Amino acid sequence: MGLLDLTAAELAGQIKAGKTTAVEAMEAVIANIDSKEKELNCYVTFDREAALSAAREAQKKIEAGELDGPLAGVPVAIKDNMCTKDVLTTCSSKILGNFVPQFSSDAVERIKAAGAVMIGKTNMDEFAMGSTTETSAYGATKNPWNTQHVPGGSSGGSAAAVAAGECFCALGSDTGGSIRQPASYCGVVGMKPTYGTVSRYGLIAYGSSLDQIGPLCKDVTDCAVIMEVMAGHDPKDSTSVERKDTDFTSALVNDVTGMRIGIPRDYFGDGLDPQVKKAVLDAAEVLRSKGAVVEEFDLSLVEYAIPAYYTIAAAEASSNLERFDGVKYGYRAKDYEGLHSMYKKTRSEGFGAEVKRRIMLGSFVLSSGYYDAYYLKALRVKAMIKKAFDEAFSKYDVILGPVAPTTAPELGSSLADPIKMYLGDIYTISVNLAGLPGMSVPCGKDENGLPIGVQLIGDCFNEKKLIQTAYTYEQARGKFE
Amino acid sequence: MAKQYETVIGLEVHVELATKTKIFCGCSTAFGGAPNTHTCPVCTGMPGSLPVLNKQVVEYAAAVGLATNCEITKHCKFDRKNYFYPDNPQNYQISQLYLPICRNGHVDIELADGTTKSVRIHEIHMEEDAGKLIHDDWEDVSYVDFNRSGVPLIEIVSEPDMRSAEEVIAYLEKLRLIIQYLGASDCKLQEGSMRADVNLSVREVGSSEFGTRTETKNLNSFSAIARAIEAERDRQIDLIESGEPVIQETRRWDDNKAYSYAMRSKEDAQDYRYFPDPDLVPLNISDEWLDEIRSRQPEFKTEKMKRYSEEFGIPEYDINIITDSKKLADIFEATTALCNQPKKVSNWILGETMRILKEKEMEPEDITFSPENLAKLIKLVEAGTINGSVAKDIFAVIFDEDVDPESYVKEKGLAQVSDEGELRAVVEKVIADNPQSVADYRNGKDKAIGFLVGQTMKAMKGKANPGLVNKILKELL
Repeated sequence: MGLLDLTAAELAGQIKAGKTTAVEAMEAVIANIDSKEKELNCYVTFDREAALSAAREAQKKIEAGELDGPLAGVPVAIKDNMCTKDVLTTCSSKILGNFVPQFSSDAVERIKAAGAVMIGKTNMDEFAMGSTTETSAYGATKNPWNTQHVPGGSSGGSAAAVAAGECFCALGSDTGGSIRQPASYCGVVGMKPTYGTVSRYGLIAYGSSLDQIGPLCKDVTDCAVIMEVMAGHDPKDSTSVERKDTDFTSALVNDVTGMRIGIPRDYFGDGLDPQVKKAVLDAAEVLRSKGAVVEEFDLSLVEYAIPAYYTIAAAEASSNLERFDGVKYGYRAKDYEGLHSMYKKTRSEGFGAEVKRRIMLGSFVLSSGYYDAYYLKALRVKAMIKKAFDEAFSKYDVILGPVAPTTAPELGSSLADPIKMYLGDIYTISVNLAGLPGMSVPCGKDENGLPIGVQLIGDCFNEKKLIQTAYTYEQARGKFE
Repeated sequence: MAKQYETVIGLEVHVELATKTKIFCGCSTAFGGAPNTHTCPVCTGMPGSLPVLNKQVVEYAAAVGLATNCEITKHCKFDRKNYFYPDNPQNYQISQLYLPICRNGHVDIELADGTTKSVRIHEIHMEEDAGKLIHDDWEDVSYVDFNRSGVPLIEIVSEPDMRSAEEVIAYLEKLRLIIQYLGASDCKLQEGSMRADVNLSVREVGSSEFGTRTETKNLNSFSAIARAIEAERDRQIDLIESGEPVIQETRRWDDNKAYSYAMRSKEDAQDYRYFPDPDLVPLNISDEWLDEIRSRQPEFKTEKMKRYSEEFGIPEYDINIITDSKKLADIFEATTALCNQPKKVSNWILGETMRILKEKEMEPEDITFSPENLAKLIKLVEAGTINGSVAKDIFAVIFDEDVDPESYVKEKGLAQVSDEGELRAVVEKVIADNPQSVADYRNGKDKAIGFLVGQTMKAMKGKANPGLVNKILKELL
C-alpha cells in the first residue's frame, strides 16, 4: 500500500509515529500531481516549491514536538474562494486574477494550526456559481473516474483532487450543494455543516446566508477529524454560532440501532436516474439491516426550493459581488473613459457569463417594485421549507436521499441549458435554505463506472448523527473503489 | 392681492457618533490620520471580510432616540443600500431601511416669540460613513482615503413640521444640545460631524396639500442653512408665480455665491435595491439593555437649569448661557465643586471665556483648559495673591495652554505687591515725576488720581495691590 492510499487521519498517525514524514507525503502528492494534473486541472494555484518548503517546515516542527495536531504534516488543498494570506485567491474568476489577500480565512487558519500543509488552491465554478466547475475562468476540471465527465461543482477541483490523490483532503464551500454534489460525482465524502458552525470570515461570499465551508475527504473518519478542527465560534463572523458539541470524532461509532431514518418520497420522483435511485435505496437497506428504523414520508415543498434558492442566492450575490469594480484590487479594464465606463468595462470583461446571469437575476429580484413579489416571497418559502424539515425531524434523526438526480454529466452538456443545470440542485439546496447539515457518502456506481453518493441530512447541530450513520454505513460497505 | 405662501420644511440630519472605533470593525475613528492608516480589511471592503456591529453605536442611537421621545425598535435590522461609488468600498452602504432603531419621536423647540412647537421625528437609523475622494487635478487622477469609511452615523429624519428658518435652527440647536449632553457626538457643523439636508416645499397658505419638494445639501453652518432656506423658498415661489413647475430634485448649496444648483432629479434617482444584510444577525434590544441605557441618560438642560437655580443661586441669565453647552455646564460644575464660588465661576465663563471663544472663533466644545486650573486661579484672586487684571492675563494663558496658575505666578513673579513700604516709595516717585497731575488733583480734578494710579501700576508691572496704591496716594496727596 502506497502513501497515497492512506487517509488523512492515517497519514497523520504514520507521520506522528515516525513511519513517514510530511515531506515524503508532499513529494508523493506532487509526483501524482505531475502525472495527472495536466489532464484533470484540479488546481488554479499550485506552487511546488512553496508546498515543499511548507512540508519541510511542518516536519521540523513535528520533530521538535511543536506541532502535533490531528492534521500534522497532512497535505491539504483549499478551494480558491477562501482567502489565503500572500497566496493568489481568484475564485476562478478573471476579475480576481491578480488578487493576493492580506489575511487567511478563519477555516484555513484553523486547519493550519492543526498541522495541515497547504498544497495549493483548487479550481471551482467562478465565484461558486455553477454545478460542474466548467464556469471557471481557468478551464474546466475533469472527473478522475472518467475525464470525459465533469467532477461536479462548484467545489469540483477539491473533490477531484481528493479522488485523484492530488491531496489527502480538501476544503470546499457549499451554498446550494457545492460540496455534496461534487463529492457524489467524484466518489468522496463531503459535508456541509449547520450554518454558523464554520466561520465564513475569509470566505469570499456568494450567498452569505447560505454559504458554509466544509471538508471533502476520503472517508467519514477524515470528515469528522477535519470538522472537529474547523468548527468553532469566530467573533469576526456575526453569523458564527457558539456550540460545545463539536467533538465530532466521538460520533465515529459503528452502530445505528434504533436510529430513525426518513426517506422523503418527494426525492424519488420523476427525473431521478433509476441507477441512482437503486444505489441510494440499497444504502438505506444496509442501514436497516444494521438496526436503523427506515421509513418513507412526504417532505413537501420540494418543488419550491429551486426558485426560492436562485432568488435568494442571486440577490445576495448581486450585492456581494459589487465590490469587484476595478477600483481597489483585481482586474481593471484597459481602455475606458471616466468612472462609469471603467466600472462597466471592468465588470463586463472580468465576470463570466454565469456570474453575470446571476448578478442580473439578483439585481432584478431586489429592484423596487419586484422586491416583495420575488425576494420577500422567496424568504417566506425559505421559512416554510425550514418548518417542513422541523416537522420531519420531530419524527426522524436522519433524512436519507439522493445527492443529485444523475451521475456526473459529460463535459459541455450542462452549460447550454442553465435551467436544467439549476434543476440538478433539487435535492441539495433545501438543506442550505434551512441551514441544516448535509453529507454525501459514496454508495455505488452507475453502469459507466461513475460514482453515486447517498445524501444524509440532519437537524441543525446534529452533525454527529450524520457522522455516526455515515460511519456505520461505510463500515458495512467496505472500501469504495 | 399677491398670493401668500407657506414654507414646509423637513430635515435629514446626519450625526457622526463619538465612538472610539468604527461601526463594523475595530479601526480608530480619530480625525487626522495619514490617508488609509485607520483601515483594515473590513472597512476597505476586502473580499472575505465581514462586519461585526459595535454595541456602543446601538447605545448612542437608542440614547438619542430616548431623549427625543422615540419608540425603540427592539428587533431591528441592518440593510444594504447598493450603489456604485469609489468612496464606498463594498459598493453598498450598511444602513437601516425596513426596521430603523428609533421611530415616532418629537422634540419641543422654543421660538423667539416665546411660544413652543413640537417637531415630530419620523425615524432615527444607524449607518456607516463613506471614505473620501481626493482629486488631483494636476495629475488628473483621484485617490481614495478610507479613514472615514465605517465611521458610525445616525440619521435623524424629521416630519415636514417646520415652517421657517428660525424653526429649523431652533430644532437643530435643540438636537445638537441633546446629543452633546449625551456625549454621543460633538455635533460640529463646520467639521461635518453634524450635517443637515433640507427638504423644502412651498404651498399657498391654507392649502392642505404639500408642494413638490427639493432637497438641499452642503450646508455647513446655521447661517448657511438660514440663507439656503430663504433662497430656496424664493426660488420655488418664483417658479410657481411664473407658471413653471418645481422639479423634485437634489440641490447643492454654494454659500459663497448664495446660490444652489441641481445635482440630480428624481428621474435619475437610483434604485438602491435595499435588502437585509445577511452578514449581520438581527439586533435584539432587550428590556434590560434598554433600561440600562435609560438609567445612564444624563441630566438635560431643563433639569439642569432648575437645579442650578436651587443649588447655586446664580442669575437665570447666567444659567441659560451655561447650560446651553454641555461643555460649559461641565466646566461650571467641576470648577464650582473645587472652589465653591459659583458666581465667580459663572463670571469667568460668561466673561473671559466667552470673550476669548468669540475672538478666536471657537465653540465651547473646543475648550481644553481644566476646571482645576480655573478653580486655582479663582482662589489666587480670592486670597489676594494676584489682582484682577493679572488674573485675566493668566487666564488667557490657561485658556491656551492649561497652565497651573500657582506655579505660573511663582515662575513669572506675578504675585501682587502689598508691601506698604515698597509701594510708598514707588508712589512717592510717581508724585514727584508728575507735578501737573498732582496739581490738577489738588485743584479738585478727582480724575487725575486715576492717572497716578495707572502710572504706579505701570511702574509695578501691574502687580501692585490697587486698593493699597489708592490709599497711599490719597494719604500723600
